[in-house]
Amino acid sequence: MTKCVLNKKVLTKGNYAIAQAAINAGCDCYFGYPITPQSEIGEYMSVKMQELDRAYVSAESELAAINMVLGACSTGAKAMTSSSSCAIALMQETLSYAASDELPIVLISVMRGGPGLGYIYSAQADYNQALIGGGNGDYKHIVLAPSTVQECVDLTYKAFYLSQKYRNPTILLADGLLGQMMEPVEFGEYPYSEIDNSDWALTGAKNRSRRVIRSLIVDPEELSAHVVHLFEKYKLIEENEVEYEELYTEDADIIVSSFGSTSRNVKSAIKQCREEGLKVGFIRPVTLFPFPTKRFEELSKTTKKFLVVEVNMGQMVRDVKLAVNGKVPVEFFGKPAGTPPNVDDTADEIRKQFKRS
Amino acid sequence: MAIQTFKIPDSLISGMKYSFCPGCDHGVALRLVAEVLDELGLKEKAITAGSVGCSVTIYNFVDVDTIEAPHGRALAVATGVKRAKPDKFVFTYQGDGDFASIGLSESLHSALRGENLSTICINNTTFGMTGGQLGPTTLLGQVTTTSTKGRNIETYGYPIKIAEHVALCDGTAYSARVSLDTVANIKKAKLAIKKAFEAQLNGLGFGFVEILATCPTNWKMTPRQAHDRIKNEMFEVFKPGVYKDITV
Repeated sequence: MTKCVLNKKVLTKGNYAIAQAAINAGCDCYFGYPITPQSEIGEYMSVKMQELDRAYVSAESELAAINMVLGACSTGAKAMTSSSSCAIALMQETLSYAASDELPIVLISVMRGGPGLGYIYSAQADYNQALIGGGNGDYKHIVLAPSTVQECVDLTYKAFYLSQKYRNPTILLADGLLGQMMEPVEFGEYPYSEIDNSDWALTGAKNRSRRVIRSLIVDPEELSAHVVHLFEKYKLIEENEVEYEELYTEDADIIVSSFGSTSRNVKSAIKQCREEGLKVGFIRPVTLFPFPTKRFEELSKTTKKFLVVEVNMGQMVRDVKLAVNGKVPVEFFGKPAGTPPNVDDTADEIRKQFKRS
Repeated sequence: MAIQTFKIPDSLISGMKYSFCPGCDHGVALRLVAEVLDELGLKEKAITAGSVGCSVTIYNFVDVDTIEAPHGRALAVATGVKRAKPDKFVFTYQGDGDFASIGLSESLHSALRGENLSTICINNTTFGMTGGQLGPTTLLGQVTTTSTKGRNIETYGYPIKIAEHVALCDGTAYSARVSLDTVANIKKAKLAIKKAFEAQLNGLGFGFVEILATCPTNWKMTPRQAHDRIKNEMFEVFKPGVYKDITV
């Protein structure tokens, strides 16, 4: 796993960083199925979880894996699976159930090219899959988007914490680039407090009445009330858990926005353009749900244009447009799949946007 | 002196009233499950992964912790429960559609892994809850709402012999097929359920009981006719018996 140790930092591949972070966070159960570009997560967990006498199953499919996670989470255990794109598609039914059941499922989504079988190189085309979701009904998952291997560690910790805190499925939305690259990381210790779940977890009905965790609600008024309750929870999440990174926005005439690994080249392009005197700023949502809507609203009062850069046909740009609500133009620059646009092309696009204004 | 010969099991919710159709064997099957839970002292340790079909109503009647699984996934969910909490008693109660149609992969793989789980599978040769469509165990020639001229091989293929398939899995400790059409068979069924549950308690692997059961409403029969059908038609294809037993 590691190539060298420098001070407290360890050179680590993204997939291994996520796996070790999950273990540090106290993951009790891992159930998984291989798919490129994230199979290393399952391989690492198969060794370490059994060494630590924690639960590990090589599931027969991603469909089985996510349902095993559902079952384990219903007992209050910390459980996780990891997968990619076309296989995350198999999990949508259960992700909808888990939202209604209010179960703290942690799902690592390492995006690859699509649609369909696509290919194993990186992409960002599953923003919609994570944010809008393919399961039925009205529900939301918490979605965290790392842009470095260090953030993979930090946000995996956060995923376990937020999922338990809000009793809500939480997705770490990474991509093949992050999964495969190696960077120095500091693991530290899991920094969050443990959440007490003894008031809802299934542990056998001893000295209490039995509990039923279910999404079947026969009475339409009751079902409606339950969905309203879920959305009251989502509102709490929106009020308390928004996280983003911001650079040079105070005087920016154009603000560029991106998420995940794409942001690395975008930031370099912005620094280049700033050195040329262009008043360009940057905002990177770290929490995709809850989306930093308020911040975009505020920024749209002082800036003249947004430029969203993503490796897809335009997905996060939709949420930016909704937040900006027509106050200023929102442009899109991207490519459908593969590695993010390089620094030069991105800088060219920024310059083009300034010329157009 | 009066002798109590029967009482409602503790593991059934007190005061509950079944919502099953007249002549439906779910009522008897769930009572047997509850009696065995009582006799083995499992009520407070039990967690069930619910299924979809008429069996979904189990949590209205059986007084144990329940996690509702998506259709067919009960054994994957149960695997997660048992791996997280190995000291609990974890069982599923599923129809033939849930276990052997949509859930066949999850079911057989749980058996192959030798999960210490116990499963009751209610086989009534139809998708009952949704109004009597053709299912994985519908008999050749059987008329259903999606095989209105009777099941034929060309369009629909063959029914599955569930208990036999489960018995072929090396992780299975016990696999049996029983019925509830006579008092004698009901007694045999209860013994089989007990064996399947004990297999889990002894850490021997997957315990499975397929119960041939009636669906008078969708078979368009009286309860008596429906129980006769089990003996006259279903026994021929789904032979009662013990297909694997490593517990002896």
